[in-house]
Amino acid sequence: MTEIIRVADLQFSYPDGHKALRGVSFTLCEGDKAALVGPNGAGKSTLMLQLNGILEGQGEVEIDNLRLSRDNLPVIRALVGLVFQNPDDQLFSPTVFEDVAFGPLHMGLPEGEVIQRVDAALESVRMSAYRDRLSHHLSVGEKKRIAIATVLSMRPKILVLDEPSAGLDPRARRALINLLRDLPITMLVSTHDMRLVEELLPRTIVMDEGLIAADGITKEILGNEKFLNAHGLEKP
Amino acid sequence: MHSDAFDRFHHGHSALHSLDPRIKVVVTIAFIVSNALLPDGAWMAFALAWLMILIANIASGLGVGFSFRRSFIALPFALAAITVLFSIPGKAVTSFHFLMWDMVITDAGLLRFVSIVVRSWLSVQMAILLVAVTEFPKIIHALNHLRVPTILTVIISFLYRYLFVLADEVMRLLRAREARSAVVAGSNSGGSVLWRARVTGNMAGQLFLRSYERSDRVYNAMLSRGYKGELMTMHSHEYRASDWQIGSIVFIGILIAQIVGRLP
Repeated sequence: MTEIIRVADLQFSYPDGHKALRGVSFTLCEGDKAALVGPNGAGKSTLMLQLNGILEGQGEVEIDNLRLSRDNLPVIRALVGLVFQNPDDQLFSPTVFEDVAFGPLHMGLPEGEVIQRVDAALESVRMSAYRDRLSHHLSVGEKKRIAIATVLSMRPKILVLDEPSAGLDPRARRALINLLRDLPITMLVSTHDMRLVEELLPRTIVMDEGLIAADGITKEILGNEKFLNAHGLEKP
Repeated sequence: MHSDAFDRFHHGHSALHSLDPRIKVVVTIAFIVSNALLPDGAWMAFALAWLMILIANIASGLGVGFSFRRSFIALPFALAAITVLFSIPGKAVTSFHFLMWDMVITDAGLLRFVSIVVRSWLSVQMAILLVAVTEFPKIIHALNHLRVPTILTVIISFLYRYLFVLADEVMRLLRAREARSAVVAGSNSGGSVLWRARVTGNMAGQLFLRSYERSDRVYNAMLSRGYKGELMTMHSHEYRASDWQIGSIVFIGILIAQIVGRLP
């Protein structure tokens, strides 16, 4: 399988001196669906923000064989679709259509293709009827789906999701899990929802204190209760 | 928990709702400018402008008195013009003593004051009608088309989007305060005024910090989707013949009002 993300010895410190990443290395292949779990402050969100160059640390980040640098940032940002935890941060335009069109428009696509991509993205999250709605009138579950559509419209090769199921009621959560299962795309999902991990993501990467504590098959990692407890996690 | 307090749009399928937003914005601005240009005491012209508002109200399907009912909110602003009552020279109408001054209201001052109040009241009604029949994003599109600088339209659209989020945040803060504002039986509630002021100040600070952090996250979300410093938007509106017709009729109305207002 082709490697799509390669991270080698990635280190990052915030301006206040807090060391968030202390040498993280992993690879992700095309079609992988991996979970990124770990306690709060483990460095999961920091790692995700490195993958499309919002934050820049020391070490190597390669996306689809492109080394992350200032010059190819626009290309890499089109390859990595980052969905933020709070959909109110992700949906910053007045209407759903404008938000989903934001990515394609900034990629410089012609208007005809932008419209076509918006419709396809909304269709794939089953929200076509919401095209002309105002973002602030939507429920949290609806906002989450639209937030996913806003990056799908850029046709990324990797979907990186931060806490997709947080704050959702059981029905919305179930709908989201079904949706993510059906999306034929490489996925890295940061979450505390271990049942979602068990059900959806065959591979698990455990992070703690800025390091990768384990990287392997979800079933095996979730089976080791002692290990999970040691890293502030819980068996589903 | 949602705050829709600022949303003034009323759903509908009237002629005004389906009118092109650019025409609506231009016509509203022209109407307001026309009111401002009418001479003092041009009562016939003011009445004509009011008639136009009534017709627009009917055309909007929201009821004849719709804009009238909502227009009082703007009246306090007309008080800013209260000084003209005393400052324009003319024949004294009445006088009174206020603190250490003798105030004299003149006939010319009164005429100017009433005219200003009527002008602003008419203008506010048309603006109320505009936002009632046009979805806010469409007003922003219209402004874009009318070559209003992008930086302004972008600020307005962010303001519109996050006003609701902020209002929700305020509501949550207020609720959290409310929930902990308990009283022990037999004692007075709350603390001194100073203490209360400090709580309120802290809440305002909280709100600022939260907004500041949010702006960071929003900017990150924009960067992730390819934002490079220049905002690109897409608006496809096409004028129809009826847009031009309605626009022209309003302009003729405005012109007539201007002529009537200037007749000796």
